[in-house]
Amino acid sequence: MNQKVFALLLAGLMSSCSAPDDRVRLEVTGSSTIAPLMSEMAKRYESRYPGVRIDIQTGGSSRGIADAASGVADIGMSSRALKDSEKGEVVSYRLAMDGVALVVHADNPVKSLSDEQIVGIYTGAIENWKEVGGREAPINCINRAEGRSELELFQGFFGIAPAAFQPDMIAGENQHGLKTVASDENAIIYLSIGASEYEVLNGTPIKLLPMRGVEASAEMVAAGTFPLSRPLILIVSSESSAPVKRFIDYVLSSEVHDLIRQQSYVPVQ
Amino acid sequence: MDSSGDRWLLWVLRGSAVIAGGVTLLVILFLVAASVPAFQHLGVVRFFTDASWHPAEYAAEGTFNLWPMLVGSLLVTAGAVLIAAPLGVGAAVFCQYYAPGAVAATYRRAIELLAGIPSVVFGFWGLIVLVPMINQWHPPGQSLLAAVLILSLMILPTIAMISDASMAQLPDEYRFSAEALGLTRWATVRGVMLPAAAPGVLTGLILATGRAIGETLAVLMVCGNIVQIPTSAFEPVRTLTANIALEMAYAAGDHRASLFVTGLILTFIVVALVFIVEKINRRFSSLIP
Repeated sequence: MNQKVFALLLAGLMSSCSAPDDRVRLEVTGSSTIAPLMSEMAKRYESRYPGVRIDIQTGGSSRGIADAASGVADIGMSSRALKDSEKGEVVSYRLAMDGVALVVHADNPVKSLSDEQIVGIYTGAIENWKEVGGREAPINCINRAEGRSELELFQGFFGIAPAAFQPDMIAGENQHGLKTVASDENAIIYLSIGASEYEVLNGTPIKLLPMRGVEASAEMVAAGTFPLSRPLILIVSSESSAPVKRFIDYVLSSEVHDLIRQQSYVPVQ
Repeated sequence: MDSSGDRWLLWVLRGSAVIAGGVTLLVILFLVAASVPAFQHLGVVRFFTDASWHPAEYAAEGTFNLWPMLVGSLLVTAGAVLIAAPLGVGAAVFCQYYAPGAVAATYRRAIELLAGIPSVVFGFWGLIVLVPMINQWHPPGQSLLAAVLILSLMILPTIAMISDASMAQLPDEYRFSAEALGLTRWATVRGVMLPAAAPGVLTGLILATGRAIGETLAVLMVCGNIVQIPTSAFEPVRTLTANIALEMAYAAGDHRASLFVTGLILTFIVVALVFIVEKINRRFSSLIP
């Protein structure tokens, strides 16, 4: 009995080793913003094509682009557009868009904020809503936790140094931030547009502020017209192998749109 | 009982003891191993002398001061224990010496229920009920005070239940003798029962302290998470646990390693607490019949 089981196991092991052609290992490196999404997509892909293993490592967008160009990795992940100097022998694909909007309580009378006002609020120069056309009330300014993609995008866009932030609170997860701003009329936070639009539809009392006259919506983000947004890009070498192409086709298809939305990003058509 | 059954049981027990002990050791070893890069690149001193906590992937680019968060953890914990200790011990005294049987039984169930509420529920309740109330009083609401209040609710059952159990273990003769001497009920409790139950009560306090210092999610949701040494109870703080939970998912390199150092500091504090419990039990064991 035991011998039979052992023989079966052995046969199973041998059959899985005997066909090296089916076994593919894809190396993915780059932006830590995309990595969680990539790992979800990879999990789904691996369960569909059991012979494929996808290794994901982070190390920043620049490394992802460089590794894909040099062939160290099969696929590079970048959360910024390619510079002209990087465009040489690589092909890039837009995987999704990441957009961040300033969010206040629905009862806050402020309708929009200029870039200077936003920087003023986040660096502590503006501390009362009255100074930006609102009520006489202190501004409860909420920043995001170190390392989050929203913070990276926000501070890069406005050019605020990490040490210059003067927030009153720091929120981690989207839900933490959403609950805080929904229960505090004087709070302001910046949140992923994908996640906050969904909350507005569900009746959470929050309001997304337009930026530079552009409405904060997933539509505007997908179109690339919302200022505080960035593309999430995959980069492959121009002579990439068939398995890489197959994986790229898969992650650009609508089959992973639910995963993209789960990570609060906006899929591109 | 036959001896082969005994021997079999003994080995199963030895096995499970080795697994339980081994897992603890492995966790600590892992923590130390994961912290090593941070100590190599930053040393020990920088965690307490850097200008601020603005971590980066490479040691040279960031600042890594953990001191405000250590202070934050200690303040939140001390505050919670200060509030929960009198309430918890009071609840136990009430159950043991004042409440009629039926009331005491119901009261105990209520305390057990409080102990069973998941921490995320406390955190959520704190965020949408308690924090807005404090915000009305003194913005921003998410603060040291909010964290202390939530945490004291969470550790109250631990203190009450352990105090209750240690008072229940005292021999009836203590009370009978005290009553025979004509002492009032309060004099009996204060002069005889509480001192006799003190080691158990102290153990309960320290276990509660351990829980308080390790609590993460509920505290993270209400403490505001600003890295600073607060000058008032209405100012936000960040605890060591909140620091790990907030940043671990996105940290890399030396930033990640310094979060493991944060965990190592927490472990040291908890080990110290366990050591104190051991000391108390040894000192008082001769006094307990």
